[in-house]
Amino acid sequence: MKFVDEFRDPAAARALVKSITELAGTDEFKFMEVCGGHTHTIYRHGIEHLLPQTVELVHGPGCPVCVIPMGRVDDAMSLAEHPAVIFTTFGDMMRVPGSRGNLIEAKARGADVRFVYSPLDALKIAVDNPSKEVVFFAVGFETTAPSTAVTLVRAKQLGVKNFTVFCNHVTIVPPIKAILDSPDLRLSGFLGPGHVSTVVGTRPYRFVSEVYSKPMVVAGFEPLDILASVHMLLQQIRDGRCEIENQYTRVVKTEGNTQALKLMAETFELRPHFEWRGLGFISQSALKVHSNYSEFDAEERFSMPGIRVADPKACQCGEVLKGVIKPWECKVFGTACTPETPIGTCMVSPEGACAAYYNFGRLHRETSLLVGQRAGV
Amino acid sequence: MCLGIPGQVTEIVDAQEHLAKVDVNGVRRIISVRLLADEGLLVGDWVLVHVGFAMSKIDEIEAQLTLDQVQKMGADYVNEIDAFNSSQIA
Repeated sequence: MKFVDEFRDPAAARALVKSITELAGTDEFKFMEVCGGHTHTIYRHGIEHLLPQTVELVHGPGCPVCVIPMGRVDDAMSLAEHPAVIFTTFGDMMRVPGSRGNLIEAKARGADVRFVYSPLDALKIAVDNPSKEVVFFAVGFETTAPSTAVTLVRAKQLGVKNFTVFCNHVTIVPPIKAILDSPDLRLSGFLGPGHVSTVVGTRPYRFVSEVYSKPMVVAGFEPLDILASVHMLLQQIRDGRCEIENQYTRVVKTEGNTQALKLMAETFELRPHFEWRGLGFISQSALKVHSNYSEFDAEERFSMPGIRVADPKACQCGEVLKGVIKPWECKVFGTACTPETPIGTCMVSPEGACAAYYNFGRLHRETSLLVGQRAGV
Repeated sequence: MCLGIPGQVTEIVDAQEHLAKVDVNGVRRIISVRLLADEGLLVGDWVLVHVGFAMSKIDEIEAQLTLDQVQKMGADYVNEIDAFNSSQIA
């Protein structure tokens, strides 16, 4: 139980692991953590090696940088290379490879690509540079979409004419449904995303228990939160219950953030379909700028290639994002594909399963293989 | 990029525009508190800050727990704080 000593409350962690081990018994369980932040915590703290061998955690599609398909990156590159454009983006997106390289390379070739902390910073660049067209590369789940929504409202209020959003926001429910419909994976339940749920609340997940008969526990980001949530899932199963529970009540309300939801409804509309890296086209799974805000829609203002590009053959991000394989089972993991020279998106973002495993997890795994350590202590 | 970092409200800069100054790890920057317009945010309150927006109000204990947790992330935390430092929202 070496790793447990790093926990805030090692005694509580030990007690949870013991109880999880008893509840699991000899049956096998496979739980998916939907959120990339959880993946990061799990690998960082070696949680999968604390759990009994019968309880497996698999990683889901909840890393927003990871699910952007190559074709959209190519579209972003073409926008960035437009001579009149200042292209603004979150730092994580700079290194995501498209078929013609990434935004850092575009910048080195002379494109005006700027990293911003917030979409409001992008809007400020537009206000300060009236002779330029400023485009913001919007990515993220419902955690981040409200910030773009507020920025759009603000841009309209201020009457800014040279600001547009290249909208790639995605929503959390459709990929969960796609995974539940996929024949590849037999899941026992889900650890629900924390920050996304602060916005959407817990109600949108009801179909998981009501239609698919799988339990879900919305979880916080501390290692103890993860253990407590796994425990809650097992307890539900042993009690014969199947519910959407909230372990992260400290932050997540049942109804979510109604202000954020209202602003999103005002500024975005659902796309009929959107391509996800690894998961293919999923209907009504992404947001575009609302027609009432079309003057701020980069897809209306600029022409882009809009061409679908297949992932590199060697890359198995798709299987990693669906939880079908573990990062280390990918053919190029840690050899051709590393955080310094990523081939696939899962190696780019710190929340990507491959990057998290590369940076933290493999040390835990190697150590635990060496000492033959696995729970049940 | 989904990181939520705790910050303490030090000043309501513009109530009409929902702008507040928050202290994150000793650095003070202006963020939007538009998403918490219903919460009646006051100076001294703690919020989770994500890409220049307060996304939820939290208590001081939760703020401390989250801070401990994100600080353990090492380089990712440093990058997030650097990004926050670079923000020019006004």
